Amino acid sequence: MTNTIADVEKADVILVTGSNTTENHPVLSAFVKRAVEFKNARLIVVDPRRIKLAGFAHQWLRPNLGTDVAWINGMMHVIIKEDIYDRTFVGTRTEGFEELKKVVEKFTPEYTEEITGIPAQQIIDAARMYAGAKAGSILYCMGITQHTTGTDNVKSLANLAMVCGNLGIEGGGVNPLRGQNNVQGACDLGGLPNVFSGYQPVNSIDAIKKMEEAWGVSGLSDKVGLKVTEMLPKAYNGEFKALYIIGENPLVSDPDLNHAEKCISNLDFLVVQDIFMTETAKIADVVLPSACFAEKEGTFSNTERRVQRVRKAVEPPGQAWDDWKITCEIATRMGYPMSYENPSAIFEEIATVTPSYAGLTYDRIEDEGLHWPCPTADHPGTPILHTAQFPRGRGQFHAIDFIPPAEKADDEYPMYLTTGRVIYHYHTGTMTRKTDGLNERSSGNFVEITPDDAQKHDLKDGDMVNVASRRGDITAAVKFSDKAVEGTVFIPFHFAESAANKLTNAALDPISGIPEFKVCAVRLSKAA
Amino acid sequence: MSEQNRITINGNEFSFEAGETILEVARRNHIDIPTLCHLRGTVSNGECKICVVEIEGEDSLTASCSSPATDSMVVRTESPEVIAARRTTIRQMLSSGNHNCAVRGSDDRDWTQFQLNVQKEDDSSELCPVWGDCRLQDIAYRYQVSGEGFSKTDIPYHTERVNPFIVRDFSRCILCGRCVQACNEIQVNKAIAFGNRETATKIIAAGDRPLKDSDCVFCGECVQVCPVGALVEKDVRYRVRPWETEKVRTTCSYCGVGCQLDLHVKDGKVVKVSGTEDVAPNYGSLCVKGRFGFNFISSPERLTTPLIRENGEFREASWDEALDLVAKRFGEIKEKHGSDTMGLLTSARVTNEENYVAQKFTRAVLKTNNVDHCARL
Repeated sequence: MTNTIADVEKADVILVTGSNTTENHPVLSAFVKRAVEFKNARLIVVDPRRIKLAGFAHQWLRPNLGTDVAWINGMMHVIIKEDIYDRTFVGTRTEGFEELKKVVEKFTPEYTEEITGIPAQQIIDAARMYAGAKAGSILYCMGITQHTTGTDNVKSLANLAMVCGNLGIEGGGVNPLRGQNNVQGACDLGGLPNVFSGYQPVNSIDAIKKMEEAWGVSGLSDKVGLKVTEMLPKAYNGEFKALYIIGENPLVSDPDLNHAEKCISNLDFLVVQDIFMTETAKIADVVLPSACFAEKEGTFSNTERRVQRVRKAVEPPGQAWDDWKITCEIATRMGYPMSYENPSAIFEEIATVTPSYAGLTYDRIEDEGLHWPCPTADHPGTPILHTAQFPRGRGQFHAIDFIPPAEKADDEYPMYLTTGRVIYHYHTGTMTRKTDGLNERSSGNFVEITPDDAQKHDLKDGDMVNVASRRGDITAAVKFSDKAVEGTVFIPFHFAESAANKLTNAALDPISGIPEFKVCAVRLSKAA
Repeated sequence: MSEQNRITINGNEFSFEAGETILEVARRNHIDIPTLCHLRGTVSNGECKICVVEIEGEDSLTASCSSPATDSMVVRTESPEVIAARRTTIRQMLSSGNHNCAVRGSDDRDWTQFQLNVQKEDDSSELCPVWGDCRLQDIAYRYQVSGEGFSKTDIPYHTERVNPFIVRDFSRCILCGRCVQACNEIQVNKAIAFGNRETATKIIAAGDRPLKDSDCVFCGECVQVCPVGALVEKDVRYRVRPWETEKVRTTCSYCGVGCQLDLHVKDGKVVKVSGTEDVAPNYGSLCVKGRFGFNFISSPERLTTPLIRENGEFREASWDEALDLVAKRFGEIKEKHGSDTMGLLTSARVTNEENYVAQKFTRAVLKTNNVDHCARL
């Protein structure tokens, strides 16, 4: 997030899109709801489902799946045409405005309606509402990113925020909501194929030299590595041989699971390090038991870049070890001795090689976490980014045209499928499905559908339905829901026994490599 | 500092900001006015009358939580009148329900009959499930009040146990309204409200249906703010007492909000989770997963030993054997096929330190940048 969670309550207008906030980030959603109910904030929700937050919204815009660039361009068209954009901000803090203006020119409310299905007047009203805010906050999540145009979607939201001068100010910002506890930290600490910790590029000679010196090695690769979504296809055709997986369950979370399973099975050697015998661990050559969050010391970095302590409360079961200790032992046995006295010692090393974490110590974050960048020991942390300037100086507008999703509904697969989570479960369910109470509240998979669509398929609430895409098929129970909208079904991806990701499309965003989980075409038939 | 905004509390003069309540000024200056219904971050309703104070020149006592400080106001927070009023309020509360914490007065036959009735409702012969962790009990002790002198009221509503997480014990509810405020003003789930039923006031959900059939999403904010034993976690009730546990503060392991929480540990096991009060980013709030979804930690399904696949089946192995095998195989593949045929998926679930070590291993030992994690999935 460019801004903090608490900052949400300081916004005059909040635009939430591609985030079912009350179910996926319930505590953060309370900040949104309080802003609306008690602080007079206006709320715009743009989401294909009638999510709970839509009930709090002053405007709910319902776009066709995968048409985000179009409605965002449509809003900017109105804002520029009506001259209600922030001239000062655009003039002093940005570049590329003319190119942007040219691209959004054709996105008239009528043209936008044609693509998105959002009535023209609603586009105009939402644009005026967002542009009218002194401080407007944009919150988004995987409904924006998990598309073949995910990068375009995010850049478009950044365009919209810059057009209205909503960056670098309290109550503003472009705020991605991180779905897993330490996604932010995994990215910050170099768990990506193109950057070392602190986003230092692996193909920068300076960065390589610095790391080689710090780590006492030579010959670090300057070649950008493979993303997870690129490793697996290479395993399928035999080019990729060995994979070491820590705390992930791709055989439930990856798209097009039937294919993913073939890829992973084709590896010469698979090591899985986890707290449970996950679907992925079951096909490993070696399984290594690790400690969970309650059994270890360390830090997590949350969605607002706040680095916070994790503390050991109980002993790990049996012979399970901390993940860092396992990795260090393997390194040592491969001839590169890696040993640390404790996580605090690792954190000290992190601070020496990671500029944005350089000023952080366990002592400083003992009571309350700090927001990076925190470059020096006396730096107070950075709750709001880009207050004076952007990392590159001026903010770059990206002129982006609309590209439709990779798969469209047709005669053979006439319905759309979109996936996500429910409030009572988390990701692939390995943790939440161990609590009986959560299972009682949400016991198994379902297909959320409107009663009208169900009737067309001769389905009643609770019937078992077979859902098929070009890649696979699953069976689950029909669930009538007022969240559903015509033509689209929603299936959560928590449930391995009828995994929604057998259906999803592995088409990738060309830049980020994110799969298009949020749109694919399916057909329904009553299960025998 | 404005000369205008001066208030005298218990003989000492303090300044205040316009809009501050008497309670806020007092607390800021370490004067302890007891409260029950007052809940930070919500609009005070003065419901419980425990926080009454005496204001010079006024005939009746005033609820300090809902009265703004005014200039030249003279306040007494522990005058004989105030103490008498608080004692009366406490006595009424204690007598209104199953408050069997034994401050009630215990040397007569009444107690035996009372305790027998309570046991029938509770299915337990123990004292109140929140004994030692109850605001009402604390305040009753502070003012040395027992429930004697008032006849015991019959309990009009029976305990609700039909959901998996929260027991609603109406016999111990003092109708302070903190749960209603937590639900409506903090979490804004709007699941519960004051309802005037036929016999007596009751906190109701969805037109007086069980929580499981209402808009409740079991965030448990109501349990955390309940000052008495009316709302208690089902798995904690009569199984965990506060003096048996140790609290360890940490960061939640579910979504990216990073809620601060306290793990309550009993006999080496996490038995309860509560939100850490007064600290960003969550200021005590949690969701259903963070508060109730902790059973996985001590699940019998946890992996406890390294496993090696042999002839299609897993067998248990020692750490030395497993680690040697992994190191050997990685070494062989690196040698034979090259570094770029190998990779590591690190995790959004493990710590920063562990992610750093994982990418360092991939780059410095495997000698490839093929490291990624589940951010995209």
